[in-house]
Amino acid sequence: MAQLNMVEALNLGLHQAMRADERVVVMGEDIASTGGVFRVTAGLKDAFGEARVIDTPLAESGIVGTAIGMSIYGLRPVAEVQFDAFVYPAFDQIVVHAARYAWRSAGTTPASIVIRIPFGGGVRAPELHSDSPEALFCHVPGLKVVCPTTPADARDVLLAAIADPDPVIVMEPKRVYRAGRSEVPDEAPIDIADADGALAELMRARVARDGDDLAIVTYGATTPLCVAAAERLEAEHGVSAEVLDLRGLFPLDVEAITEAASRCGRALVVHEAPRHAGLGAEVSSLIHERAILDLEAPVLRVTGFDVPFPQFANEDDYLPSVERIVAGAVEVLEF
Amino acid sequence: MDEPLRIIGNGTDVPDRDVPDGLTDKDLIELYRWLVLLRTFDERAVALQRQGRIGTYPLYWGEEGTQAGPLYACSDTDWVFPSYRQCAVATLRGAPPSVILGWCRGYGGPAGFYNPRTYRVAPICVPIATHLPHAVGLAWAAKIRGEDTVSLAWIGDGGTSEGDFHEALNFASVFKTATVFVCVNNQWAISTPVTRQMATATVAEKAAAYAMPAERVDGFDPLACYDAARRAVQRAREGGGPSLIEAFCYRLGPHGTADDPRLYRDDREAERWRPLEPVGRMASFLARLGVLDDATRDGIAGEAKDRVAAAVRELEAIEPPGPEVLFDHVYAGERPWSLEEGLRELRALRRREGD
Repeated sequence: MAQLNMVEALNLGLHQAMRADERVVVMGEDIASTGGVFRVTAGLKDAFGEARVIDTPLAESGIVGTAIGMSIYGLRPVAEVQFDAFVYPAFDQIVVHAARYAWRSAGTTPASIVIRIPFGGGVRAPELHSDSPEALFCHVPGLKVVCPTTPADARDVLLAAIADPDPVIVMEPKRVYRAGRSEVPDEAPIDIADADGALAELMRARVARDGDDLAIVTYGATTPLCVAAAERLEAEHGVSAEVLDLRGLFPLDVEAITEAASRCGRALVVHEAPRHAGLGAEVSSLIHERAILDLEAPVLRVTGFDVPFPQFANEDDYLPSVERIVAGAVEVLEF
Repeated sequence: MDEPLRIIGNGTDVPDRDVPDGLTDKDLIELYRWLVLLRTFDERAVALQRQGRIGTYPLYWGEEGTQAGPLYACSDTDWVFPSYRQCAVATLRGAPPSVILGWCRGYGGPAGFYNPRTYRVAPICVPIATHLPHAVGLAWAAKIRGEDTVSLAWIGDGGTSEGDFHEALNFASVFKTATVFVCVNNQWAISTPVTRQMATATVAEKAAAYAMPAERVDGFDPLACYDAARRAVQRAREGGGPSLIEAFCYRLGPHGTADDPRLYRDDREAERWRPLEPVGRMASFLARLGVLDDATRDGIAGEAKDRVAAAVRELEAIEPPGPEVLFDHVYAGERPWSLEEGLRELRALRRREGD
């Protein structure tokens, strides 16, 4: 059992996947020789050769498009999009083809690809290196969207996504990439060749903190902030808040969300992406549709604002902070 | 500008050239059979559309040689990637024509979509040029596996304006994938003439930017299309990388059955090109060679007619897909709960209100 951060855990997962299954290839910009701008793919080229670990031209549509072609022939490509907002040129391939290949072939030929996207702000990056585009993908039928928050989840989700027949977008919260180490079992828990349903299991929401008075629903980099906010709520307000780390963004774990909201009677949704038509709207709707009679207050949201991600000098004004989450929670609690 | 390669003359002042390497008399007849099947399907599909039995149909009348010729140059294990303009090529690999008609009738599921892996024919690609990176990725995957599978993809002149055309050609040339790009330059993208798509005089010269060989052929000459594709496929299989073929022709019909070209071009222009159409031209050529007599020609025509008529009967016999088809196959794995909910909602509605 090793203590790993998320980058190391993802790296371990890629090594394990490539070792276990010859069909797995890894491709993207600057991923082979440098090991990726975040070093997630470090060491893969030396271990598996440049035929399977591929530095591509700087063209995201081409990367995703050729990955789809590889999957039609039976490979299992894992494509890295270097930064969140760099995925927009590949949007056409993702929406029009990756998401529809199974449908367009009567279920026979899904685009079995994984697209890894380091996403989100808080790392003092230039423009278009801090976006949270996950809701765009959650709106596209045919995709699965997943966002691990812990190192162990990151490794396991990656393996399960590679094994899954459907196209999977893995949103990697880059702010927690090196935020801390935790235990990751050495043995891969997933046999890539026989991993039916493994991803579905890993897309169930994880209880990051127990509580009974308020359900805080979140994912990605805001998860540790929500846990910190819950600690403060306990200490300063005597409130026991549960933090639900969604993991799966599409499909959502509706049972866990509804159960927590019903049990607590109050819920808050937190994410870094802009509010309008973000995942918070979906989670809030689900709770209101399914648990309104159990609610003591409307579900509120603490999110990014409906603006382009700011220049980084002002990113702390944009990002949900512990203070904003506590304030949002108090508003729900005092309704 | 290079004159496009032409093998079939006109029987008078333009001489025939030699039959390309690799084609026996039997092959010539088989290729002719393919042309006739494509033509018969196309004409019948237009009639079905006029009768309201299928939806808008993207006819390809006159472009049969750009489809059958390159396909004939491929091995059965090679993959081809059609755009909607080549919607019926899968039938030449054994896919039931009724499924293509089902697609034209708006059917989803197995009634309208074939299994690409069965025929090594990618699904009919409606969006423009986006299937080219797939063709590159497929041949690249074969290369990674040490196999010599070739991929061949069709695109129109309008498609060369799309970014994916350039990304695909670039990836193919950088990684030397075994990919053949066939650009059917019929000079019209709905109402937009080729001069509005590109400032270059030809499509073929774009290949220079990607360091790949290109050939320009008469797109109305099935044997020229075959011959250029044969060279490109062979080069690709031997590790020589990708090629671009420009099949220069003219869109003799409308863009699709909903289009009226009289709004933007002079009918007389199409009439000038029409005598070059490939099916009659191939028949005359084979007759001059002494390979095709009237009885064989009539036999092939009758056979194609029967096959398409049978496909129409099959189409009419297919039970139209029920509401499940909306939700089937969106995912290869288990259906997510929100799709299950949608299906339940739709079923309940239909029970309540009737189908």
